[in-house]
Amino acid sequence: MRHHLILRVITKLLIGSIMLFALYVQFHGDYSPGGGFQAGVIMAVAFIIYGVVFSLDEAQRVLPPWVVHKMAALGVLIYAATGVYSLFVGYGFLDYTALSPDYPEKGQHYGILLVELGVGVTVTGVMVTIYYAFTSRTPIMDDEAW
Amino acid sequence: MQAIDWEFVVGHINYWLFIVLMMTGFYIVVAKGNLVKKIVGLNIFQTAVFMLYISIGKVTGGTAPIFPLDMNVDPAVVYSNPLPHVLILTAIVVGIATTSLGLALIVRIREEYGTIEEDEILKIEKEMALQDVRQHSEVIGERG
Amino acid sequence: MLVATALAVVRTQSLFATAMLSGVFSLLSALLLVVLDAVDVAFTEAAVGAGISTVLMLGTLALTRRFESAPSHSPAIPLFVVLVTGATLIYGTLDMPNFGSATAPAQVHVAPEYLERSVHEIGVPNIVTAILASYRGFDTLGETAVVFTAGIGVLLLLSGLRRRRRNKREDV
Repeated sequence: MRHHLILRVITKLLIGSIMLFALYVQFHGDYSPGGGFQAGVIMAVAFIIYGVVFSLDEAQRVLPPWVVHKMAALGVLIYAATGVYSLFVGYGFLDYTALSPDYPEKGQHYGILLVELGVGVTVTGVMVTIYYAFTSRTPIMDDEAW
Repeated sequence: MQAIDWEFVVGHINYWLFIVLMMTGFYIVVAKGNLVKKIVGLNIFQTAVFMLYISIGKVTGGTAPIFPLDMNVDPAVVYSNPLPHVLILTAIVVGIATTSLGLALIVRIREEYGTIEEDEILKIEKEMALQDVRQHSEVIGERG
Repeated sequence: MLVATALAVVRTQSLFATAMLSGVFSLLSALLLVVLDAVDVAFTEAAVGAGISTVLMLGTLALTRRFESAPSHSPAIPLFVVLVTGATLIYGTLDMPNFGSATAPAQVHVAPEYLERSVHEIGVPNIVTAILASYRGFDTLGETAVVFTAGIGVLLLLSGLRRRRRNKREDV
């Protein structure tokens, strides 16, 4: 893999900004286009690019598969826990007023942020999981066949 | 013969375009034997349906459904219908998840049958069924 | 251009070209979605369709093969089926309201209510996010669960089974 020098340097430069952009999309989703789904996909793309340009082993050293699997489950849990929390406090399931009863609007903000975080974490986890699953199989043809 | 109602045609041509796209995808799914190609056809069909939905939500002169930051909404501004956007947004991500599931199935099929062409898979299946019947009849024949 | 790309997918025999063309198709449709005011959706489509699905297609091709074999039966019957379905659908659109009409049934039902209420109830500028996470929070929870389930499915198909089989062999 030594011959793709430019590709490797540019990728290293890009990954940081891709991740930053993903976080911006994630937490700025209430103000501008974006949200958990897009942020999750973009975050996953950062890892996938790293895996494509370097190697699967390198990517899995940064983000081991078991972490990714836990992430996928954790996101759904964050989402559901938000709903269950509001149930326990005495409101309806996923009624975000529960998060800040005195200021319902703030509660909505917190709720949306939490829920979008859950979505983002799940989507990242699942996309990276799928990528790992596909690439960890040994391909039947070598690079020259392309 | 009555004259063509141009307003009607222009007002509906977007639906027809998406239907043409949908049918192209559908044709690929039905006519092509290659499983990867079928998945791509399904994707085209899916995207066409998404665009049909979004185009239903479009209002002439409308803008993207995002309020100004200070939340002072000008009542004169028309916003497009945000509901289809929400539905399609989630549908796209679910779509890629199911597509990857389909691709995973194709990989497994390739490993079991050694091919991803529908016809060849059917042929192999038929031979396997024939062998089963033969074995079965031999067992019964031994008993008799 | 979208139609041209789709037709190119029909014509080409190289699966590699098919994967690339489907990426092009996604980008073009993202452009169209921006024109239709759906910036959030266009964003997703560009990231998902052009990014992840192309990578996944290529991953699959590396595991399977690059070219499709020539079709073995005539395309007459599928073509007939497709044309009939298309004609039916077009007949169905004849009753639909004009493109961009503000009085269409789709615009007058719940959408204005969301637009009005989200200003003071939720206070989030991006209405799409407000509806997605708040008014339709249940839906989104379900969709997240579906994505999660699909991930589990892929894992089971591609890595879980193999591991279990290997374990079995070791047991024997």
